[in-house]
Amino acid sequence: MNLKYVGLSSINGPLAVLDGVENVSYDEVVMIETADGGHRTGRVVSIAGSRAVIQVFEGTSGLSLYNTRTSFTGHPMEMPLSGELLGRIFNGAGKPIDGLGDIFPVKTADINGMPINPVSRVYPRNCIRTGISAIDCLSTLIRGQKLPIFSGAGLPHNELAVQIVRQAQVASEQSDNFAVVFAAMGVKNDVADYFRRSFEESGTLSRVVMFLNLSNDPIIERILTPRCALTVAEYLAFEKNMHILVVMTDMTSYCEALRELSSSNNEIPGRKGYPGYLYSDLASLYERAGIIEGSEGSVTQIPILTMPNDDITHPIPDLTGYITEGQIVLDRALHTDGVYPPISVLPSLSRLMKDGIGEGYTREDHPALANQLFASYAKVLDVRSLASVIGEDDLSPADKLYMDFGTRFENDFLRQGMFENRTLEQTLDAGWELLSILPPEELDRVDSETLAKYHKYKPV
Amino acid sequence: MSEIYSVNGPVITVKGKSPFAMQEMVYVGKERLIGEVISVNGLITTVQVYEVTTGLKPGDPVEGTGSPICVTLGPGILSNIFDGIQRPLREIASLTGQFISRGCEVDSLDHSRMWDVKMKVHAGDNVTGGQIYAVCPETPALEHRCLLPPGLSGCVTFAAPDGEYHVNDVVLRVRNSHGKEVDVTLMQKWPIRTPRPVSQRMPLSVPLITGQRIIDSFFPIAKGGAAAIPGGFGTGKTTTQHQLAKWCDADLIVYIGCGERGNEMTQVLQEFAELTDPRTGNKLTDRTVLIANTSNMPVAAREASIYTGITIAEYYRDMGYHVALMADSTSRWAEALREISGRLEEMPAEEGFPAYLPSRLSQFYERAGYMKTLSGGDGSISVIGAVSPQGGDFSEPVTQNTRRFIRVFWALDKSLAYARHYPAINWLTSYSEYVTDLSDWYDEHLGRDFLEYRRRIIQLLGNESRLMEIVKLIGSDVLPDDQKLVIETAKAVRIGLLQQSPFNPTDTYVPIEKQRLMMKLVLQFYDGAKRLVSKGVPVSRITERGLIDKLCRMKYDFPNDDFSAFDSLSQEMDSVFADIDSSFITA
Repeated sequence: MNLKYVGLSSINGPLAVLDGVENVSYDEVVMIETADGGHRTGRVVSIAGSRAVIQVFEGTSGLSLYNTRTSFTGHPMEMPLSGELLGRIFNGAGKPIDGLGDIFPVKTADINGMPINPVSRVYPRNCIRTGISAIDCLSTLIRGQKLPIFSGAGLPHNELAVQIVRQAQVASEQSDNFAVVFAAMGVKNDVADYFRRSFEESGTLSRVVMFLNLSNDPIIERILTPRCALTVAEYLAFEKNMHILVVMTDMTSYCEALRELSSSNNEIPGRKGYPGYLYSDLASLYERAGIIEGSEGSVTQIPILTMPNDDITHPIPDLTGYITEGQIVLDRALHTDGVYPPISVLPSLSRLMKDGIGEGYTREDHPALANQLFASYAKVLDVRSLASVIGEDDLSPADKLYMDFGTRFENDFLRQGMFENRTLEQTLDAGWELLSILPPEELDRVDSETLAKYHKYKPV
Repeated sequence: MSEIYSVNGPVITVKGKSPFAMQEMVYVGKERLIGEVISVNGLITTVQVYEVTTGLKPGDPVEGTGSPICVTLGPGILSNIFDGIQRPLREIASLTGQFISRGCEVDSLDHSRMWDVKMKVHAGDNVTGGQIYAVCPETPALEHRCLLPPGLSGCVTFAAPDGEYHVNDVVLRVRNSHGKEVDVTLMQKWPIRTPRPVSQRMPLSVPLITGQRIIDSFFPIAKGGAAAIPGGFGTGKTTTQHQLAKWCDADLIVYIGCGERGNEMTQVLQEFAELTDPRTGNKLTDRTVLIANTSNMPVAAREASIYTGITIAEYYRDMGYHVALMADSTSRWAEALREISGRLEEMPAEEGFPAYLPSRLSQFYERAGYMKTLSGGDGSISVIGAVSPQGGDFSEPVTQNTRRFIRVFWALDKSLAYARHYPAINWLTSYSEYVTDLSDWYDEHLGRDFLEYRRRIIQLLGNESRLMEIVKLIGSDVLPDDQKLVIETAKAVRIGLLQQSPFNPTDTYVPIEKQRLMMKLVLQFYDGAKRLVSKGVPVSRITERGLIDKLCRMKYDFPNDDFSAFDSLSQEMDSVFADIDSSFITA
């Protein structure tokens, strides 16, 4: 097994080709020694006869065709695992970079994981209270869900993610069972530092495992970062019975790394140059969220992605939305108006919410209230576009009520402080308070009984 | 023994003149992963592998099985959940735990379970292929009719007595025309890519009743028809499919989760086990087969899952059952085709999809139909495929090509979904070409009024949409009263008829007779109000009486089994109109 091959046949982008190899298997890890004594790792991405194509994680710059020595390890990429991972910081390829030495693994696991058998899944039903009204009431986060944040450059997605992490933890009844796995892919150094500081300030740093692939780190390593992070998350959740929140940012950088790799692999591109398997590849990450039978723990994912040019039909948000169980969409216009969190509630959605709210979960009126707020706010946007044509003064009295409702919805309900942690009661009551502006006949999503109990119509 | 030459993702090649046939099933590597031969020439044989290929190396063995990829057909399919190549997921879970590992060889059907078989033929009888030779109860909901394999006919030389048998016990022996004795067991194999033979294709004349108003009343699908549900993410494709799977009046549901979320399959498993069929009172799981190839399971098996599902559907159709097949989502299947095609370095057509995408789609949708079976009965397969267009744009290749092979198009609309109008089926862009084929059925069962109501309501919605263009520019206050009435009535149609809540126990399934009465009352309101408006009564005088609100709440407030409430609302409406009329004249 310690056979070393000297020299390479060709180098193209992050790929190196080696001829004359024997007994090499698909997807196995390769150790590369450069001429100047440096070490790199790679992975076999295709093999034909005695010719192996190797993807070098750290990039191929500085590799030469002659003095490079290559050896094959005989196993796929693995992550060392142990309960001591909490509080540690790793690079994008899963190597410790906090100066605290190597991990002494209890076991190792293939970072690609294995698909969860659908019959062994437990359908997620327990809501996580985040203390943010727009999320708790309208796009409720469920334990075991994958709920991405669709953002844009310059929008406060990092602040929102940090607030969710901070407040979700407080809400959890078993706080010693809670941990965060944070995977940074292609983010700037100060962004990673912001997350680290925020975790430190809220006292959670000792319960965080960080994987950092910063924007100037090798692109190919970025392909491994979420996989290492999710392998750790699965281990902590399913073997150590912990509730794990995985924050992955920024998925756009990840997809771009994938595109770069695909094109240097001479693969046929799909839409916008992204490889045809982008959907399957993203699914192999997102589907690793969930709860399984026989384990107390759970993996909840909050991936963050910046939509290129704020375009929600771009392949990255588009394919993500098809896989994840809903999405939280941030809106630039709200941000400009100074509303934090600038959550655009209509395109935001939590698919698992319907089974985790209402009687026995949150409060009996929650489903009807959420539905009605959505419907009324959708009407607000219609009225606003009408007002922009005919002027606000010429609106009908009912439409004027909607204008008022819209403004108060954004200012009183949506807007809240970065450290403001609202209870569910506060959030739901605030929702009914808003609806009190509208007469009962406008509330067509609420049945008569709920209406009688919660709706206090206050004519202006 | 052949050997692997190269490995690239799910595609491997074998060098040299190979002994394999096209589409033969092969075992790959030491772990015996299942694969299928997808191209053969003198130099290279290409195999797509249905499992993750990590760890395969050149020189590993490739072993042929001599037959194409098949499904095993027999009792025990119902209530089960399979992966894309018909491996039972519960068995896999008991073997390998919560995660699916590779090279898991399990029988598709449980060989240890006994079935209570009643024979229908005796020694000495002449039998032909497709004939029902025995029956056994498979679930409380469905009797399994054991079919002689198509192509086998002759004289019965041995028929086992009625009793309990395993699926692999010989229950029948037939001497065929060549004088050879053939053993028949309760199970048979059938290649997934070959449609099972039928006696004759019949015209479509019976609707598949789903209990969903926008489908049954406005855009119906015939038993044996094909429909597509295209929509961007979050528009409710899966919820609509689930609703159809729960409530449609098929005898049997085949639900294919093709490249979708794992939690959705878990949800179907749990929810269907709790729900009962409104017509028979049996558990919904008793009439359901699930094929689950979630998005993170191997991509080649995703391509096969569609065929596995439809072959199972055909088998039950041949027993004389009406089967509804839901495929969620056909776009993921098309993407699997694209991915394999890309690995084979085939010349791509539109957006990287292979040029044979339309022909594969048509082959799939043409397996739907209402058939006279070989045993002389009637059976049908209705296919309902979800389509997930990239960016929600219906001009992309999968949606466009699917449109050519289906006749019902339920277009899901993002703006309706944003306003939480569910089902978000856009009534202006959706269509059903089956309405004419089904008109006789509707006339006979629901009276001649039904299609007339439907026509008038669609017309009303069309008028509303034109008026809304004006309203967006100048507001609704300036419209004349007869046009305001159109907008007010259309509001009742949208909220009262088109919106339907899957979570409300009364509204989730609505009998077609109730749908007819709801349409009737809405039109009665419109006609009565229109008469008043033409006399000069302002619309506000009519709307202030709360009738529209009552029309909107019919769906929740009026029970599904007692229609007397409709009569009283009808009378109330008449008296309100008479009241307005008289007070207006006196004023």
